[in-house]
Amino acid sequence: AIGARGCGMLDCLDYSVSRSEREAQAHEALPMELLNPAPLLPNPHERCPGMEQHIRMVHGTTTLAFKYQGGVVVAVDSRASAGAYIASQTVKKVIEINPFLLGTMAGGAADCSFWERYLGMRCRMFELNQKKRISVGAASKILSNITHSYKGYGLSMGTMICGWDETGPQIYYVDSDGDRLHHHLFSVGSGSTFAYGVLDTGYRYDLTKDEALSLAQRSIFAATYRDAYSGGTVRVYHIDEQGWKRISETDSMELYYKFKDEKMQ
Amino acid sequence: MAGGYDRAITVFSPDGHLFQVEYALEAVRKGTTTVGVRGKDSVVLAVEKRATPKLQDPRTIRKILTVDDGVALAFAGLNADARVLVNKVRIECQSYRLNVEDSPTVDYVARFIARTQQKYTHRGGVRPFGISTLIGGYDNNGVPALFQTDPSGTYYAWKAAAIGKNAKSVQDFFEKKYVEDMDDEGTLRLALK
Repeated sequence: AIGARGCGMLDCLDYSVSRSEREAQAHEALPMELLNPAPLLPNPHERCPGMEQHIRMVHGTTTLAFKYQGGVVVAVDSRASAGAYIASQTVKKVIEINPFLLGTMAGGAADCSFWERYLGMRCRMFELNQKKRISVGAASKILSNITHSYKGYGLSMGTMICGWDETGPQIYYVDSDGDRLHHHLFSVGSGSTFAYGVLDTGYRYDLTKDEALSLAQRSIFAATYRDAYSGGTVRVYHIDEQGWKRISETDSMELYYKFKDEKMQ
Repeated sequence: MAGGYDRAITVFSPDGHLFQVEYALEAVRKGTTTVGVRGKDSVVLAVEKRATPKLQDPRTIRKILTVDDGVALAFAGLNADARVLVNKVRIECQSYRLNVEDSPTVDYVARFIARTQQKYTHRGGVRPFGISTLIGGYDNNGVPALFQTDPSGTYYAWKAAAIGKNAKSVQDFFEKKYVEDMDDEGTLRLALK
């Protein structure tokens, strides 16, 4: 504002010492935006700018899934946080798409649960049209094509589509950027870094079923312990040739005392 | 037909016939004889070689076309219609591979062709495709399959089928001579006869 005033006629006739000082100050106070040559255009990557001010997303989570010799193990926490507020400790973050496909939820709860239910509908349509069950790859591709077409609109999803199809156990990571990745081990969410620490240390392909389930549980617990945005109950699922089965649902506080006692010994 | 592009060409007659479709079938009946035979491990598609004018390059006459890896198509009827339809099918197969990350089954291909042919009997301003097709190929598990489609948009699976000129007599011949579970040799011989 000061720089924009400019030099009036009378000011130019004022040769006092303080005037030069004033001018020097005026130059210092020139706002950086006027000196910047680039115009203030809207960011082309944001198709819904200013969304964050209107919609409060429910974030914060830890989810993981890995393949081993006996199938796929999926484990999740159950906390939903809106900023520093814990919105819920009992969220179901594993979405049962159909009896042999599971999807995990990380990021925006509404985005994940809506689109994974929609995915369930598309999978059923596939079954009816093709007279065979949909492969995990195809199901994840349907979802990633959707997220890609909504790219830039502010969807927030980091999900793992896990299942057992003709080619065996499969895990695909699909997110709201339109990414789709295939790997034998993933952890997604704010607590994923903590979970990876325990998971990567303990993972082997030839784990037994019990070892795999307890590794998954221990990894999620590690995340709930250190990540403020993860907590609640730890749910563990197992997928084999017959489909998925919910194995356990344990409160994270219970797990804390259990592992503490084990450490004591 | 002023403003008539929204008017269907294929309309029902009072006695329940779709004349355009039936005329299309007539066009097919005038086409070159095409046969397909399914054996135990193989499918054979054979087309009668029509006498070409001396100055025409016989290699440019393509009557058996590849639609996808492991799926081929032979047709009887209007060549140009076949070209357009096969292009659509080829794109559809690639689109299936892109979205499903797997090859389409022969059944899927046949159903797509049939669906497309049927659409053109349902829309305004277009005529049906003047071809019947024989689609032969393998599914993922190695089982051979043979399907036939026609201008009305129906599709059937066959053990042995013939379309085009003399289709009826060839079909009768097949009914007498077809043997279940033939080997590759036998299938080939039967088709050529």
